[in-house]
Amino acid sequence: MIPLDDYLILGAILFALAVMGLFINRKNLVVLLMCVELILLAVNINFVAFSRYLMNREGQVFVFFVLTVAAAESAIGLALLVVVFRHRQSINVQDLDQLKG
Amino acid sequence: MASLALWVVLAPLLAALVTGLAGIHLGRRLTHALTIICVLASCILAFLMLLQVLAGARLDAPVYTWMVSGGIPFQIGFLVDPLSALLALVVTFVSLAVHVYSIGYMADDPGDVRFFGYISLFTFAMLLLVLANNFLQLFIGWEGVGLVSYLLIGFWFEKPTATAAALKAFLVNRIGDLGFILGIAMVFRYAGSLSYATFFARVPDLAGMTVALGFGWHVQVLTLMGLLLFVGAMGKSAQIPLHVWLPDSMEGPTPISALIHAATMVTAGVYLVARLSPLYIHAPEALSVILVIGSLTAFFMGILGIVATDIKRVIAYSTLSQLGYMMAGLGATAFAAGIFHLVTHAFFKALLFLGAGSVILAMHHEQDMRKMGGLRKYLPVTYATFLVGALALVAFPGFSGYFSKDALIDAVGQSPVPGAAFAHVLLLLSVFVTALYTFRMLFMVFHGPERMDAHTREHLHERPWVVTLPLVLLALPALAVGWILFHPLLGGSFFGTALATPAGINPLASFAHLSAWRFFLDAWDAPSFYLMLAGLAVAAYGYLWRPEWPGRLVARIRPLYGLLVQGYYFDAVYLHLGAAGSVLLGRRLWKWGDEQAIDGVGVNGTASRIGWLGTLVRKLQTGFLYQYAFTMVAALVVLVFWALVRY
Repeated sequence: MIPLDDYLILGAILFALAVMGLFINRKNLVVLLMCVELILLAVNINFVAFSRYLMNREGQVFVFFVLTVAAAESAIGLALLVVVFRHRQSINVQDLDQLKG
Repeated sequence: MASLALWVVLAPLLAALVTGLAGIHLGRRLTHALTIICVLASCILAFLMLLQVLAGARLDAPVYTWMVSGGIPFQIGFLVDPLSALLALVVTFVSLAVHVYSIGYMADDPGDVRFFGYISLFTFAMLLLVLANNFLQLFIGWEGVGLVSYLLIGFWFEKPTATAAALKAFLVNRIGDLGFILGIAMVFRYAGSLSYATFFARVPDLAGMTVALGFGWHVQVLTLMGLLLFVGAMGKSAQIPLHVWLPDSMEGPTPISALIHAATMVTAGVYLVARLSPLYIHAPEALSVILVIGSLTAFFMGILGIVATDIKRVIAYSTLSQLGYMMAGLGATAFAAGIFHLVTHAFFKALLFLGAGSVILAMHHEQDMRKMGGLRKYLPVTYATFLVGALALVAFPGFSGYFSKDALIDAVGQSPVPGAAFAHVLLLLSVFVTALYTFRMLFMVFHGPERMDAHTREHLHERPWVVTLPLVLLALPALAVGWILFHPLLGGSFFGTALATPAGINPLASFAHLSAWRFFLDAWDAPSFYLMLAGLAVAAYGYLWRPEWPGRLVARIRPLYGLLVQGYYFDAVYLHLGAAGSVLLGRRLWKWGDEQAIDGVGVNGTASRIGWLGTLVRKLQTGFLYQYAFTMVAALVVLVFWALVRY
C-alpha cells in the first residue's frame, strides 16, 4: 500500500510545477490556462488521497465539483483567449499589459 | 425714558441705513431732508432726556439681550445719567449743525449722499458709545466711530494722502484698542460682568489686590486696569504718543474735522476716563500717568500749532492741545472740569473748524494761511463767528473756554495727585502757546495784507445760509454755555453720583459756592489771563506790526524749527522703527512663514509628497498577470510561514 505521504508529495510537486509555469511562462496564454488546470488537479489529488486515508467519501464528491468548475473555467478562459487573439492578433502574455499603472 | 433713549440712538441709525442702502435712488434733496430730520429728532429727544434727568429721572436698564454665554448675559442697554445725557445733547447738537453745514460744503461733491450716510452712522455710533451701560456696548460704539472716522478721513479716496491718513488713523487706533480690549478683559475677569454698575460696586473690593505679571513683578489690579483702559483712551483721544493720526486726519472733508476730529469722537477717550472715575479714584498711579500725559500733550502739541501753515492743521494741533487739557483735568481728579471743558470745546472747536471750512470754500479749497489775509471784509459773518471761537479757545474772560479752561487749570493746581505741580506749570505755559497760535491764525487769515491771487479775490464772498447758519448756531453756545453750565457742573449739583469724588482733597472744592459772575470778575487775578495777553501781544507783534520778524526768528533757530515742523520726528520714528519693523516682520512671515512653511511644506508639500508616493506605487501595477500571481503566492507563503512561526 502506498502511504499518504507519497500522494501529498506528488500533489505538492504538481502544484509547484504549475505555479512555476505561471511565473516563468511569458509567451503563451494557453500554457497559462493549462497551468491553472494543473493547480486544480494537484488539489484534486490531495482531496482523493485524504478521502481514502480518512475513509470519508465527501472528499471524492468535492473532486467532482472541482472538475465541473475547472471545465467551466477553461471553457470561459479559452473563449476569452479567442477574443483577445482576435482583438490583438497575439496571445503573447508579455503583450497583455494594458492594466499597467 | 427707555424708549426715549432708544429713539435718540435709533433715529440717526435709521437715517444712515436708508441713506446708505437707498440714498442713490432718493437723490440729494431727499437724503439731506431725511438725515437732518432724523438728527434733529434725535437732538430734540436728547434735550427732552436731559430735562427729565434734571428732574431727577435716571435709567440703567438693558433693552436687548444679545447672547448668554456661560451664564453671563451680553446686553445692549442704556445708562442715562447727567453725564451721558449732557454728552448726548452735545453730540446731537454739533452733529445737527454739521449736517446743515454739509449741505453747503459738499454741494458740488459727487459723493455727498454717501457722506450724509456716514455722518448719520457716526452720530449713531457715538450715541451708542455715550449711552452704553456696559463695556461691550461701549466697545461696539467705540469701534463704530473708529470705522466711520476711517471712512471719512479717506472720503476722497482718489487722493493717495487721504487713504494713507485714513490707514494711519485706523492703525494707530488699533494700538490703543489693544490696550482697551485687554482692559475690558481684565474688568470681566475681576468683576465677572461687563455692566458698569456691577463693576463699580466691585471696585472697592478690588482695591489693594495685586496681579502678578511674571518675573516676580506685582501690580495693583486697579492700576493696571486703569492704565490699559487709558491706553484705549489715548488712542481715541490722540494723546502723546498715539497722537500722530489726528493732524493727518485733516485730509477728510472739513465738516468731518469739525464733528469727528474735534468735537465728539476724539473726546470719547475723555468721556471714557470720566465715566470710569469710580475706578480711577482708586488707582492714583494711573491718575498720575493721565495727568502727566495730558499736560505734555497740551503743551507740546500746542507748540506745533505755532509753526503749522495749513489752517486746518493749526486747529488740529489746538484740538490735540485741548484734549490734553481735558485729560490733565481728569488726571487731577477734577472730572467735572474735564467734562466741562469737553462740552465748551465741542462748541467752539466745531465753530472754528466750520469757520475754517467757510474760509476754505471762499478760497477755492486753498488751505495755506500764507496765501490768505485781510479776509475780514469779504467774510464778515465767518470773521465774527471765528473771532468768538478764537476768543473762547484762548480762554478770554467771558467766553465759554475761559470758564472751563481756567477752572481746569485752577483745579490741577489744587490737586493732590503726584505730578500736579508739574502739570500745572505746563498747562499755564500752554495758555500762552494757545493764545499765540490762535491769534497768529486769526491775524494771518483775516487781517494784514491780502496775499491771494487776483482771480481768487474776485470770487471772495460769503457762502449761502446753510454755511453761515451753523456758524451762528455754534457761536451762541460758544458764548453762553460757560455762563450757564459753570456753577451746576463745577459746583457738583449737576453730576451728582455720575462722577466720583476723590476720597482726599477735592480739587473742585473751591468751586462749590462760586458763581460764574464771581469767577469772571476774578479773571484779572489769575496768571493765565496775563499769559494769554502775552500770547496775543507776541502774535500781534509778529503778524500785524512786524511781519518780517517771524522769518528772521526762524532763520535764527533753524534746527529747533525743523524739529517742530517735523512734529518732533514722531512720524519718522514710527515710520522707521514701528512701521518698517512691522513691514519687515510681515515680509518674513509672508516669504518664510506663508510661502515656504505653510504653502511649501504644508499645502503644496502634502500634494507633491502624495504625488511622489503615487509614482512609486504605480510601478507595482505592471499589468503583467504573472507578477500579480507571484505577489499573491509569495504573500501566501509569507503568511503561512508567519502563522507557523507564531503558533
